[in-house]
Amino acid sequence: MSKIGVFIETADQDIKKSVPGIISAAIQGGEVIGFVLDGLAEKYKESLGEYGITQLVNLTAPDIDFSKQPEAAGDALAQGAKEFGVTALMGVSSPTGNDILARAAMALKAPLALDCVDINFQDNTVKKSHFSGRAIATIEMCASPFVCGIRPNSFDAAPIPATCMVTEHSIAINTDSAITITSVDKADSGQKDLTEASVIITGGRPMGSSENFKLLEECAETLDAAVGASRAAVDSGYAPHSMQVGQTGKIVSPKLYIGCGLSGSVQHFAGMKTSNVIVAINTDKDAPIFTKSDYGIIGDLFEVVPVLTEALKK
Amino acid sequence: MRIYVCVKHVPDTAANIKIVDETGYDKQVKYVANPYDEYGVEEAVSLVEKAGEGEVIAVCVGNETSANTLKSVMAMGVHRSILVKTDEQFPSSALIAKALAKAIKNDGQADLVFMGKQSVDSEGMQTPYRLGVELSLPVVTGVVGFSLEGSNAIVQREIDGGARESLTVRTPCIIGATKGLNEPRFPKLPAILKAKKKEIKPIDMSSLEIVDEKGCRIKSLEPVQERSNAKILEGSTEEIVNSLVKILREEEKVI
Repeated sequence: MSKIGVFIETADQDIKKSVPGIISAAIQGGEVIGFVLDGLAEKYKESLGEYGITQLVNLTAPDIDFSKQPEAAGDALAQGAKEFGVTALMGVSSPTGNDILARAAMALKAPLALDCVDINFQDNTVKKSHFSGRAIATIEMCASPFVCGIRPNSFDAAPIPATCMVTEHSIAINTDSAITITSVDKADSGQKDLTEASVIITGGRPMGSSENFKLLEECAETLDAAVGASRAAVDSGYAPHSMQVGQTGKIVSPKLYIGCGLSGSVQHFAGMKTSNVIVAINTDKDAPIFTKSDYGIIGDLFEVVPVLTEALKK
Repeated sequence: MRIYVCVKHVPDTAANIKIVDETGYDKQVKYVANPYDEYGVEEAVSLVEKAGEGEVIAVCVGNETSANTLKSVMAMGVHRSILVKTDEQFPSSALIAKALAKAIKNDGQADLVFMGKQSVDSEGMQTPYRLGVELSLPVVTGVVGFSLEGSNAIVQREIDGGARESLTVRTPCIIGATKGLNEPRFPKLPAILKAKKKEIKPIDMSSLEIVDEKGCRIKSLEPVQERSNAKILEGSTEEIVNSLVKILREEEKVI
């Protein structure tokens, strides 16, 4: 049986929310081995075992803090993949996940595909967006192992309880690194992470001010949703770029996407069209967004959203 | 200071892409410089402007018409260009990185290399990393802040939930730029006219004797099925909202 490696991405001593979905994708291909880089595999083994992972490898190297040295983190993951004989190495396509997976692929001289929305282990193909979400390419990964990042929320996490064992594995790594992470500024991070959210409510230019985004935040709270913004809203200074959804912002794939006052540009859809359900609220009945959404409300977001917030509280 | 910027000639993000055959598309669309690469161009040009010395050289791997993209970045202030010509429709990231690396090495010593974090056509997100391997240089992508401090670059990249990482990177290095790094300039007419006279050095891809390892291959390309018209909910605001909530909870089961 093939072995599939999964990079267990963590932040602040906790597993990233999207990791279980990646395990469920990986398990279609064989036995899943998780690689942990923050030394806390023991802490994670129970919750990850719920999703069928049977082995967690605690990768450690003397005198190296992988959270500060991305090159070493990539090398460690590559060595783990090689030494445990995985045929594919997978992870979450997040900013950190993509970076570490890409570095691992370089060290393995392996083919790499990031931001994949599907994977098939029978013919070793992945599916991913081309042309800003207007086409889907099926790409054959022609070498083993290959490395692939999966867009968050592309796979549902499916519980298949298994007993998970931890293996300690120390590796030797070149400590001369050219790149060091010196600090992490969480100034704007009061925001809920857009890429991992299962519900997103987004405001466009008609929001009119950053204060008005509170309206969306109140609604978002009732659904544990994240709040996004269109490029027009960001360029008008109503929201930081870190909240932008679309071509030059975040690519998201929630279960529910509620767009408030969005026109529905191609570039915006490039960032959210893989959402399961799209709801559009706009005063303009001819707005293009109504031609590409699932449900439409022709109305003023300032009237509709507060009513929606109240209805969701019930 | 000698800075190389890698640019890609790509279909405009608003262009209507028509898929032809298994893996092709109709090329009769508007092409532009890859938007992410423009952030790299702007950063390189303004660094040289601030330093008061140096040269910015654009390198592109693409077909004959890619010269238009090189002209557009030369209008932004790039001094000269190199075009590695290939008619391949989707040259792989590995192939492009090898060609870029050879073109750069044959031209001179890079103090810095800028490029976009990804292209908007094949969205591979990996050419900077592959170029890093070919040139044996450190790579950071998704960069929204850049400054030089002695022999190091101090860069910021955006990570999850709006947080930002600060990194120290030894130079020379490769920077994958993204939105937020700067505001790319719109060239004025005199700059556009001047750019027409700047050099574009052509190189045939075949003359670089690159072995394409074919690590992956596009098997098929399919248009994404757009949703058809939204179901418009009707009634008073309360009625509309109540029916929406009911649909989302009971039919779609997404909340």
